Amino acid sequence: MVWVNAVLQGAMLGGLYALFACGLSLMFGVMRVVNLAHGDLSVLAAYGSVAIFDSFGWNPFVTLLVVVPGMALVGAVMQRLVLERSLRIGPLAPLLATFGLSIALENLLLQIFSPDPRILPIGSFGISSWQLTNQLSISWFALLTLGVAVVVLIGIEAFLKRTKTGQAMRATSDDPSTAELMGIDARWIYTVAAVIAMATVAVAGVFLGMRTTFTPSSGPDYLIFAFEAVVIGGIGSVRGTLVGGILLGIAQTVGAQINTADPVLAGDLFFLAVMVLRPRGLFRSSVLA
Amino acid sequence: MKTTSPGRVTRATRTSHGISGAGAVVVAVLAVVPVVAGLNIVNDLTQLFILVVVGTMWNLLAGYSGLVSIGQQAFLGLGGYALLALADHNGVEPFLALALGALFCGVAALLTSLVTFRLRGGYFAVGTWVVAEVFSLITVQISTLGGGSGTALMSLSNFGPTTRLHDTYWAALVCAVAGFVGVWLLLRSRTGLTLIASRDDEQGARSLGARSGIAKRLAYGAAGLGCGAAGGLFLLSNLDIVPSSAYSVNLSAYMIFIVLIGGLGTIEGPVLGAVVFWAIQLEFASYGAYYLIGLGTLAVFMTLVFPGGIAGGLRRATRVDPFPIGYVLHQGSDRFS
Repeated sequence: MVWVNAVLQGAMLGGLYALFACGLSLMFGVMRVVNLAHGDLSVLAAYGSVAIFDSFGWNPFVTLLVVVPGMALVGAVMQRLVLERSLRIGPLAPLLATFGLSIALENLLLQIFSPDPRILPIGSFGISSWQLTNQLSISWFALLTLGVAVVVLIGIEAFLKRTKTGQAMRATSDDPSTAELMGIDARWIYTVAAVIAMATVAVAGVFLGMRTTFTPSSGPDYLIFAFEAVVIGGIGSVRGTLVGGILLGIAQTVGAQINTADPVLAGDLFFLAVMVLRPRGLFRSSVLA
Repeated sequence: MKTTSPGRVTRATRTSHGISGAGAVVVAVLAVVPVVAGLNIVNDLTQLFILVVVGTMWNLLAGYSGLVSIGQQAFLGLGGYALLALADHNGVEPFLALALGALFCGVAALLTSLVTFRLRGGYFAVGTWVVAEVFSLITVQISTLGGGSGTALMSLSNFGPTTRLHDTYWAALVCAVAGFVGVWLLLRSRTGLTLIASRDDEQGARSLGARSGIAKRLAYGAAGLGCGAAGGLFLLSNLDIVPSSAYSVNLSAYMIFIVLIGGLGTIEGPVLGAVVFWAIQLEFASYGAYYLIGLGTLAVFMTLVFPGGIAGGLRRATRVDPFPIGYVLHQGSDRFS
């Protein structure tokens, strides 16, 4: 029963990782950019929520109303000021620029908010759970996180498949210059992608902050988890990202059951094993290549 | 220089010979610095040489092989711990342990390339980072090497401080010169040509018969070896090692910064960048977070506005390639490059 519980809790944790991963996956899928500041941006969102809570005492869920549009705006600005320019320079430039951004952002947060761990308080909802059997229970909050991840991922998939902008985005992803010949404004499409990606990053960051404590240095860890979820699931596959996140979560909680010292190591080793055995991930790309 | 024989190929110019000669003089002067200078200067310069090594290695990867790694700290940490294990636990002479540790890191880099080379571009970058995290997490579990709280290198304690700092200085100088000349010669070789061709167009290079996979692996192994040596040198000069800083991703930030400011994809760039970074570090490292905010912002700025760095600017202004790696064809008195 201990193991069933570990798998169950891991799957719930995986919901959070999938939420982190979808922004990373979208940015790569559309622009071929791996945003190395991804984790720090989500921590920025969490601190944004902290700042609102500290000043106005809003419930962290309500802060999403401000943090999500705020981060979407950050996404648009980052796209226009940094990513667009770096994409023109060459394939290495976006990596270097976003890495520089990540270092600057992490230390800026450190300077403003101190290295003390913070958490976003959600009261009794954070600790209440759904008792399945005597030994099995699921936290309502974890279930909600998984639910939000599923909704966000399905939403992104539907957006890419069914809306006109989504179709234009897929076309731009395949071949930006041909898409432009067909009258698609690639610059606009890239900005939309960055805005959506950062909105999901905001949700992920705030949910992270409600689930557990975080510090200004937490960003890189979540970048790595997000990245592992994307690669395990298969780069470019939206559904794969969800499954990848869940598998990573399970690997970590089951790993913690075997050796309590380090759950993260178990997740990393699982990721490396997938890379060796199935380098293209478990799912082949279905929507974005 | 005027020539009448058609189709003559040169690989160096009078200027580049002069610059190499001047470089040799600088190295000779640096070699006698410990005899005349105080230990503080010796120790500071040792740090500079280590920065030259890591910058040169990172440039070999990102500048010439198209491999952006943000996981080279894996080999810096591993190099330090290999030296610790060999010298303190197996009684190997510390400077021999430095060399053996570096070799070990070269082999480790080749082995990890079996995994990380399955990923491309940005995914390769994060993949190397995961490998570094795994190395760090495993090191934390090894209690005989100090576990998570780190440990000190004991086997140098019977050296006096002067001997220790002097020997480390010379070892670091040897590594910096060997790294610099080694990378330059590697890039002048056939393998270097393959690397650069594959960086610019991998499919094109492969279709012309270039064995880019082998060349890239070789470069990755060489960079692992160089970073392993640098990690060992860090331990020899600091005398203590903690996984959280030995495997810190900030080390990658420093390497990226050195190469970006000096000039990505130039031979001399990492040396110039290392000098600038070293000066910044001596001056501003005590400012903590502000220092890193500045570094990060400057890295973004350099990438976007001056992608050529200092070396790129100098090369454009003077039209001199101080460390040529290519072939220049002279036909009659005309010169094509």
